[in-house]
Amino acid sequence: MTLDRRNFLKMLGAGAGAGALHGCAGTAPMVSASGGEIMPKSGRRVVVVGGGYGGTIAAKYVRMLDASIEVVLIERNRQFVSCPFSNLVVGGIRQMSDLTIGYDKLASNHGIKMVYGDVTAIDAAAKTVALAAGTLKYDRLILSPGIDFRFEELAGYDPATTPDVMPHAWKAGPQTELLRKQLLDMKDGSSVVITVPLAPYRCPPGPYERVNMIAMYLKQHKPKSKIIMLDANPDITSKAGLFRKGWAKHYDGMITYKGANKVTAVAVKNRSVLVEGVDEVRGDVINVIPPQRAGNVAVKAGLVGEDKKWCPVNATTFESTLAKDIHVIGDACVAGAMPKSGYSANSEAKICATNVVALMNGRDTVEMSGINTCYSFITGKEAVSVAGVYKVANGSIVAVPNSGGVSPDLSELEAIYAESWLKNILTEMST
Amino acid sequence: MKIRKDGWVVAAGLMALSAASLAAPPTAAMLSNACAGCHGTLGASAGPSMPSLAGQSKVSIVESMNGFKSGARPSTIMGRLAKGYSDAEIDAMGEFFSKQKPVMPVQTLDPAKIAKGQAIHEKSCARCHVEDGKEPKDNSPIVASQWLKYLQVQMDDYASGKRKMLDNKAEKMKPLSRDDLDAVAHFYSSIK
Repeated sequence: MTLDRRNFLKMLGAGAGAGALHGCAGTAPMVSASGGEIMPKSGRRVVVVGGGYGGTIAAKYVRMLDASIEVVLIERNRQFVSCPFSNLVVGGIRQMSDLTIGYDKLASNHGIKMVYGDVTAIDAAAKTVALAAGTLKYDRLILSPGIDFRFEELAGYDPATTPDVMPHAWKAGPQTELLRKQLLDMKDGSSVVITVPLAPYRCPPGPYERVNMIAMYLKQHKPKSKIIMLDANPDITSKAGLFRKGWAKHYDGMITYKGANKVTAVAVKNRSVLVEGVDEVRGDVINVIPPQRAGNVAVKAGLVGEDKKWCPVNATTFESTLAKDIHVIGDACVAGAMPKSGYSANSEAKICATNVVALMNGRDTVEMSGINTCYSFITGKEAVSVAGVYKVANGSIVAVPNSGGVSPDLSELEAIYAESWLKNILTEMST
Repeated sequence: MKIRKDGWVVAAGLMALSAASLAAPPTAAMLSNACAGCHGTLGASAGPSMPSLAGQSKVSIVESMNGFKSGARPSTIMGRLAKGYSDAEIDAMGEFFSKQKPVMPVQTLDPAKIAKGQAIHEKSCARCHVEDGKEPKDNSPIVASQWLKYLQVQMDDYASGKRKMLDNKAEKMKPLSRDDLDAVAHFYSSIK
């Protein structure tokens, strides 16, 4: 390739990033690692961090594409709970068990080595990942760390205690169950406040689907109650026309939507939030969805870009533009036109796995071709979808022109397809 | 780092970048793996309303995709997705899935409906859906070992007139009741 000025600058950036990483890893966490190498590396190895929509698929497809590469999947939890469909748990029409998968079958079917633990540091120069138990060497590292929150942008928010009072429920699990419990416990005639951060955040249509599911529950069980949605964005960020249609059709008079209402502070004792630090809005149940960034492990490793939020990556390989041999997929990365969704993470994982295997075998990489499909429930029986096909153009991921888009209308058939979407994607991740 | 003749400094880290810039066009596997989130790994669907594509005939996959693309075949999401692919890409995906090993879905079927469906199949369907629907003929898809729910949705689309049929298919299908069509779906789903 000819090295033009722009690429030259990029390259300098890459060097600086790697250096910073090394410095980061040289501080406390590596030293505190108690053991030495956990699993001595003999052959070629890919380490994947994060066993969600992206990481499970990356691990699986690397093994499917080249069984001579050892794959180690590092995950914090023994079970994974899906964010997609967790709004239906909040609404009371699904159980947590419907959304929960384990890793045993995936690991045994594909010979993936599971390591359960927290990654404390990444040393890009030494090509090691550190956990409390010791370190792991890699040839290539794939990070699929999901999101963490920019709690610091909400005055009065204590990350340790506020979520117990004002659940975010934006990582599925106990938070989902807590929000459900608060709805069950509240009296008829109460108000529910839901706050939405500025995009980009995980799952663009998720907050609006959540309003549907809460409204569905309230309409049936607590019909005098109200929902107030405070959205930092100027308007509904995804499927706007369809959500409005659903609200008018099924939940008329129950939902007050306020766009361009950015919540900047919370008052836990008052059970209220503050819009732009001024207007106080009270709620009996308050669901604060905080602003987000790439998962902490990626932030700590210096893989976030100038925005300090998300990880810039190469559009073909998903290799970080800031560190060599480290790839970032899923919600944490900047994937051009692809939204931060579970299906995008699944698709990105396969693209990344394909090109990681190509690079490790000295073969040409393959241009990406990706898909997003995403369903949102309006009621228990009606759903809407958004779909997109993506390719690379001039080094960026773009939507293929004249394709994709949203459902023409609310659809019972799409609710049926949504069920199979979940079944297929969770099966792909767990077997 | 090394210094090139023209004075630019080249870092080893650039190898990845330069390799990526030489990327080949999307392969059949690259295109097809993106479908697997909904249609199952290598086209073996685990979701009752999503058809398995593994082992389906190439002709049938290509015709379906083209039908979705033009709108000739009704769909919810597939029309929007099919519009994202060129003829050559659709051809490559059809080829990829047709070569995958078919997987029999695990599902509960009604034996009485299977028996009834078999009789209807032999009388009305067997000329095109040969070998109990296990083999493709011309552009007729393989309908055996498919998910019941998927076949039921297709039957609904035909019965309601949403999905158009060729005259020879319509001639056989029009006299059949909804119950008859449901029985035929049970029969094909039961074929191993």
